[in-house]
Amino acid sequence: MSDQLSDSAERLLASQVTRDVLRAAEGGTWPAALWAAVEEAGFTAALLPEESGGFGASAAEAFAIVGAAAAHAAPIPLAETMLAGRLLADAGLSVPDGVLTLAPVRRREQLTLTLDGGAWRLAGTATRVPWGRQAAAIAALAEGPEGPMIACASAGTFTVSNGRNVAGEPRDAVTFEGVVEAATTQVTIEYVRAAGAALRTAQIAGALSRILAVTTAYVQTRVQFGRPIGKFQAIQQNMAVLAGQAAAAGAAADMAADSLANGLTAFAAGAAKARAGEAASLVAALSHQAHGAIGFTQEYELHHLTRRLWAWRDEFGNEAEWNEVVGRAALRAGGDGLWPAITAAA
Amino acid sequence: MLQQALDFTAPPPPSAGTENLRAEVRDFLASELAERTSQQRAASWSGRDRAFSRKMGERGWIGMTWPKRYGGHERSALERYVVLEEMLAAGAPVGFHWVADRQSGPNLLRYGTEEQRESILPRIVAGECSFCIGMSEPDSGSDLAAVRTRAQRVQGGWLVNGTKVWTSGAHEADYMILFCRTDTKSDADRHAGASQFLVDLDKARGHGMTVRPIIDMRGDHHFNEVAIEDLFLPDDAVLGREGEGWKQVTGELAFERSGPDRFLSAFTLLAEAVQALAPDASERAAIALGRLTSHIMVLRRLSRSVAGMLQAGDDPALQAALVKDLGNVLEQETAEVIRLLVDVEPEDDATEDLPAVLAHLVMAAPSFSLRGGTREILRGMIARGLGLR
Repeated sequence: MSDQLSDSAERLLASQVTRDVLRAAEGGTWPAALWAAVEEAGFTAALLPEESGGFGASAAEAFAIVGAAAAHAAPIPLAETMLAGRLLADAGLSVPDGVLTLAPVRRREQLTLTLDGGAWRLAGTATRVPWGRQAAAIAALAEGPEGPMIACASAGTFTVSNGRNVAGEPRDAVTFEGVVEAATTQVTIEYVRAAGAALRTAQIAGALSRILAVTTAYVQTRVQFGRPIGKFQAIQQNMAVLAGQAAAAGAAADMAADSLANGLTAFAAGAAKARAGEAASLVAALSHQAHGAIGFTQEYELHHLTRRLWAWRDEFGNEAEWNEVVGRAALRAGGDGLWPAITAAA
Repeated sequence: MLQQALDFTAPPPPSAGTENLRAEVRDFLASELAERTSQQRAASWSGRDRAFSRKMGERGWIGMTWPKRYGGHERSALERYVVLEEMLAAGAPVGFHWVADRQSGPNLLRYGTEEQRESILPRIVAGECSFCIGMSEPDSGSDLAAVRTRAQRVQGGWLVNGTKVWTSGAHEADYMILFCRTDTKSDADRHAGASQFLVDLDKARGHGMTVRPIIDMRGDHHFNEVAIEDLFLPDDAVLGREGEGWKQVTGELAFERSGPDRFLSAFTLLAEAVQALAPDASERAAIALGRLTSHIMVLRRLSRSVAGMLQAGDDPALQAALVKDLGNVLEQETAEVIRLLVDVEPEDDATEDLPAVLAHLVMAAPSFSLRGGTREILRGMIARGLGLR
């Protein structure tokens, strides 16, 4: 079942995410046809419970779809829409159609909700919000009068100042000022960031599997000194390292999906993101080294993947941030408690 | 896709069965290892204790997956994995039976005669039988096909001549599985003409086989040089089929590389450092310890995935090589990372745990990426899996 779903995602994305779509997206054009196809296929609802419009997919299946999209560098907020919808559904709010995203995504940013004549009014600014400009609604975590709340801020209740990450994906500053739907929540900013980290882990893993395939094919066809460069041991040893890192990121993504399915812990999701982030750095470097100058060009596809890796490894917490979370948990567990903590989480 | 040879399937989730077993193993270890010092635990699966192996045998934790008719317990590869990883994480002295349980027993199950299986497997299961691996030679390390030890047909059996080296435990083991030539090497196929023999060491030592210790740089005696001069082996000592040695030995190597012993060799040091730094760890220490922990969590998933593939009857030789390579890097990094976090020098004779464990791991570390296949050989296998060779 998992394979069927990810196979159909793979087929759809392979046909829809063309070079032209990628180039246009870099220039700021929203890939409307691609998004419509993804929405039509139902992929955006993969993390939703069935009563909120989901189709009963497992977290692992949802992550496989996210990974497939990342493998094609699909320039759409699929992971964000999945996660924002899940946050809204978990809070008992209805999940709007269309592009969704979430805010805040950075530490130390806080939105506030106040009661204004019987309606909830959301205020504050969140930076680096993925695809803020495109959102039909934003799942916003905010401080209410009696604790944390989730708000569903529809387009029109916020203004956007455009920004982008190094891959050219929209990362916008969003200022909220309007009346919204809201509900109390148990969710914290740490939870939101851990969930975001889990999905970025799936994206990194997807991109790494694609880079492994692309780079393997390249070293088998590029000829120097009279033979394919993949015949040289120096290249073979690097390719083996690349494959190992790609496999590690894949296992990290599985670990993150398992954690999300079982209540999500910062320990497991953080370890996954930190490990995948480290793999991303190594693989980006090794794949560019294997490709030589062609990999450094606009025309060749590698940079669509590697520039995303350089963005994603820092979004929702970099390796240092998450490794510290994991390390503090390990230290709390102590020498005798460390192994039981590991077996319980992974 | 071309890298499918390297795909990992998701590891089977923990079940009530595996977690009950885990609790049982932890209870056992808490009492059995109460007196074992951190320095002793640091030896990991190099630590040998016949009495401990026998107790594991009594619990049914050796030969767990083997058929009951050979004394095995017909449990799953995943249950076995739980026992292995709990033993390693606790620094239990499993070295006496480790090789037999990991590869020699499975090799006998696959290729042994009924008589070989019936006479030996129940003794392994009981924790009373130890094996060593007769592969490496002075001129044949990574290039295993270059072995020169040779068995020649004689009346009623074989006469063996040659030298094996780096043979861990040959001075104590009951049996060796000897890999040698039984036919001249052909230029067309350098893997042809090799065979495996089951050598009863009690009969062989002093009767054609001389075992001399090679002391390692830590001062420990694990390695040996095994000189073989006109050693007579009966016909029924052939393991599997004559001439099929290469195929058999590569299958054995997949078992040798597939387990948690390839990424948990330094776990004692990590636990020790966590213990020592816990009260007042700096941000730098927390990040570094967290990184090692994150790596272990991911390696454990990959390694359990290999166990799941073995259980399903797949041949995850490439995946095992990949996990071993990643695991050895992590094992070696552990000592290098931790030494920069703590204000101690590595000291073998220290009475405190941390400097002694650190000293052990610093000096054991070079072996991690040599034993069971060097890093370079493993990476070459992975490259072959990618289609590059």
